[in-house]
Amino acid sequence: MARIVLTGNLQLHTEGVSELELDVNTIRQLMRQLSTRYPGLPADFEDEVAVSIDGTIYQDDWFAEIAPDSEVHLLPKIGGG
Amino acid sequence: MAKYHITTRINGDDVEFLCAPEQTLLDVLRDDLRLTGSKEGCASGDCGACSVMIDGRLVCSCLVLAAEVGGQEIETIEGMAEGDRLHPLQQKFLDFAALQCGVCTPGFLIAAKALLDRNSNPSETEVRYWLAGNLCRCTGYDKIVRAVLDTAADMRD
Amino acid sequence: MTDSNKTPSGNGTGNGKEYKWVGTRAVRPDGVDKVTGRAKFGADLHLPNMLVGKVLRSPHAHAHIRSIDTSAAEALSGVKAVVTRDDFSDQPKGAVQPAGEMTINYRDMVRNVMAREKALYEGHAIAAVAAVDARIAAKALSLIKVDFEVLPHVIDPVAAMESGAPIIQEDLMTEGMEQSPGAMTNIAKRVEFGHGDVAVGFAEADVVIEREFTTQPVHQGYIEPHACVASMTEDGQGELWLSTQGHYVARGHCATLLGLDVSKLRVQASEIGGGFGGKTVVYLEPLALALSRKACQPVKMTMTREEVFRATGPTSGAHLWVKVGATNDGRITAADAVLKYQAGAFPGSPVAQGAQCAFAPYELNHVRTVGYDILVNRAKVAAYRAPGAPIAEYATESVMDEIAGVIGMDPLAFRLKNAPKQGSQSSYGPKFPVIGCIETLEAARDHDHYQTPLKPGQGRGVATGYWFNIGGQTSATLNLSEDGSVALVLGTVDVGGTRASLSMMAAEELGIDLDKVRPMIVDTSALGYNMLTGGSRVTFAGGIAVVGAAQDLIGTLKDRAAKFWDISVDDVEWAEGEARATNGYTDNMQPLSLQEIAKDMAKTGGPIVGAHSINAQGAGPSFGTHVVDVDVDRETGRVWVTRYTVVQDAGKAIHPSYVEGQYQGGAVQGIGWALNEEYIYDDKGRLENAGFLDYRVPVCSDVPMIDTVIVEVANPTHPYGVRGVGETPIVPPMAAISNALANALGIRFTALPMSPPKVLAAIKAANGDVTTAN
Repeated sequence: MARIVLTGNLQLHTEGVSELELDVNTIRQLMRQLSTRYPGLPADFEDEVAVSIDGTIYQDDWFAEIAPDSEVHLLPKIGGG
Repeated sequence: MAKYHITTRINGDDVEFLCAPEQTLLDVLRDDLRLTGSKEGCASGDCGACSVMIDGRLVCSCLVLAAEVGGQEIETIEGMAEGDRLHPLQQKFLDFAALQCGVCTPGFLIAAKALLDRNSNPSETEVRYWLAGNLCRCTGYDKIVRAVLDTAADMRD
Repeated sequence: MTDSNKTPSGNGTGNGKEYKWVGTRAVRPDGVDKVTGRAKFGADLHLPNMLVGKVLRSPHAHAHIRSIDTSAAEALSGVKAVVTRDDFSDQPKGAVQPAGEMTINYRDMVRNVMAREKALYEGHAIAAVAAVDARIAAKALSLIKVDFEVLPHVIDPVAAMESGAPIIQEDLMTEGMEQSPGAMTNIAKRVEFGHGDVAVGFAEADVVIEREFTTQPVHQGYIEPHACVASMTEDGQGELWLSTQGHYVARGHCATLLGLDVSKLRVQASEIGGGFGGKTVVYLEPLALALSRKACQPVKMTMTREEVFRATGPTSGAHLWVKVGATNDGRITAADAVLKYQAGAFPGSPVAQGAQCAFAPYELNHVRTVGYDILVNRAKVAAYRAPGAPIAEYATESVMDEIAGVIGMDPLAFRLKNAPKQGSQSSYGPKFPVIGCIETLEAARDHDHYQTPLKPGQGRGVATGYWFNIGGQTSATLNLSEDGSVALVLGTVDVGGTRASLSMMAAEELGIDLDKVRPMIVDTSALGYNMLTGGSRVTFAGGIAVVGAAQDLIGTLKDRAAKFWDISVDDVEWAEGEARATNGYTDNMQPLSLQEIAKDMAKTGGPIVGAHSINAQGAGPSFGTHVVDVDVDRETGRVWVTRYTVVQDAGKAIHPSYVEGQYQGGAVQGIGWALNEEYIYDDKGRLENAGFLDYRVPVCSDVPMIDTVIVEVANPTHPYGVRGVGETPIVPPMAAISNALANALGIRFTALPMSPPKVLAAIKAANGDVTTAN
């Protein structure tokens, strides 16, 4: 089960839960499971996050792979200048 | 309202144009004569992107009324290369990567040429103060100053 | 087509291999146009029948707009179109779409490009006109009658948070905070990051330092003002030429605001005279398109420098509280910060990123950063080079320096003792991948600059900075010409020389001469989607796309060679610019160059194109450490930077001159931010220094040579090991200079800019002299 850490304000919509374990293989599965589990998450929350999988940061990549022992962090999306 | 009829010389060519009283030389160069190499960065003489030479003198063309330049010799960036031969400063700026976005580059080249026309052996400090009227936001000035100093050395040889 | 999102292996390994082009200082392919004035920037385009557009802007910082009467302007001879808020459909609440780097709130954007219910800042666009010449356009503006009800305004973020402050957006709800029903606020967001328990960490500390800082808003300062030419035709198609960091993004924004299909709008990016984040948004363009749509003539709009200062987004001013604890032997036990950033008239300051980066150069067990995004009556902030990070790290790096001083430790040794490495948990959560923080600290420590003794009266300061960098959607094509030369077709706007680096990677992959590759940045119709240039992404993501396109081209070239020789493609390899038969075929089959294959391409299968489209992921972050020496004129408060060294990790410098250029340019912007730049308002919220004379950016005589050291800790997610470099250089300078002043004067400054009157006042106060400088 991958370890999922929610940073920023996401935990305001997950009943205060900031860390959980999920059986997911891709970012898309992760987003779907989070939406199902926490209906309080805004409908577009996926568009506002970046995802770090074991230190590599992904933005807008549904099919990035999550391994069973991965550590995954959800961060606010990153924009530069 | 009647426009002024001005006869002048730009980059060695005889040029005539009509201008409104409030038009600057920069306006006329860019909008009427389509010489867009001189740039408008501020229209208040603070950034130097509009630098040209008038009768051998370095000026901000945004501070010169077009109506004033009758009978004068104007040099713009478009006249700096000779045919397909770049001026040594132009070539050096390329070799030294002394530009990033390039919008300030025409102004710097005109200003640097004006310096080297007067002073063939400027110190770094003299180069920096001479070019203090030209703003660059991309390069931090380092490679520009090196390019000017190196060109001066080349031209002395 | 290659498989999307997989990094092509390419020729590069990023670990010391000798290349023919990569790593050299080739002359940039667009250079001659730039040094002769031929290159066309936003305002350099002239079209037949073109009109001039101008904007009427609010003179008030905050006001209800009761009515706008444009009748006299419309009646003026020579005026072809007038637009106001009535010409833009409102965007619904929650109209948030992914676009560019962020999700965009179009309801806010339509109000930012043209005021609706209220003017929210001095300079806010109220109406726009298009006329046959500038003089008539200006006269038309003067004929527009606006009925304002002036309201109280607020600009300071702390004042805006207080109850009783003028409310900017009446329906604003604070994201991240509980609110009483019906309460109105200017706080758009509260956000928190960190891990561990700072109370536990502070209890372990021998030394604790707590400080508050203020910074002022600063502008990106691009020398080229915003400029565009818009041309809409009677059938609803449009063309747009503009100075922008992202023409696909601009297309999306304009299509949404004008209610057009995206593909109806063809957008070409001009050469851009600086952006630094400030040209990732649209201001004039929707107005120019709307005017052009009415007039059915091209409309050119340019901003004056004054308009740039009054009406375009700078970055935030901020109020920062920082507390750090450490043991006597230099281990940081806790770090805590509260950051309050100005957003401007609409939510969206970079406070979250500031909070994430604040303590990024440290490996910490207990860290917390809290950020507030606060509305005030000024232009909506736009991105500025590493948005959020420079502001936060100014404060945190100052406190780190102070703590090192209190415990008597060399500031670089202190940072080394607490430096993160691969696998360290970052201050914002994830474990770091391969990074070069320690390498930059060591290179700074061992540099001649750091080893050179100071002259009397001088001071030295250091600071370390961080930026994430990004990847993003990128599409590139290599088109083979009949003579074997190659067109490199790009959609990534070139702000500082990246078309050179991308060409070099293409030439390297193909094994051909650089001058056989001609790069061009094309309009939105010619390639798949390209995300805007920002986030230090182009050499990274563009490089992956270009290498992928080259690999794709090579695949086809080998295929054609195989057909030509009538052998299996498995027996063909590509090396040094030619196809070679392997496996014993070499005796009969002379290698085929690009030229030879191209000559016969019609007969072997048709045109040959290599393409690669990706959403690049895994951008490698870049750490940088700066060393600065200062001298202070104790009679005037004038600070002189006498020596400056930037040490930064580039992963792999494709073109070292342009990497150095990013280091130098960012450092000098930071010097301006530290020593002079700020917005000065009168009591009516109007800007008093809306020009380069009084908004003082560094000039050539203000700065010394900026020495650079390119550290290369390869980024494994790029075929050549590239890390973005453009943004990190602006993160350390303000703290480094403040630390240098502390070293020189024994005075800790806690407000930016450290301009002469302020430095002089502080010197006098320290000497017991209570007279003020002015």
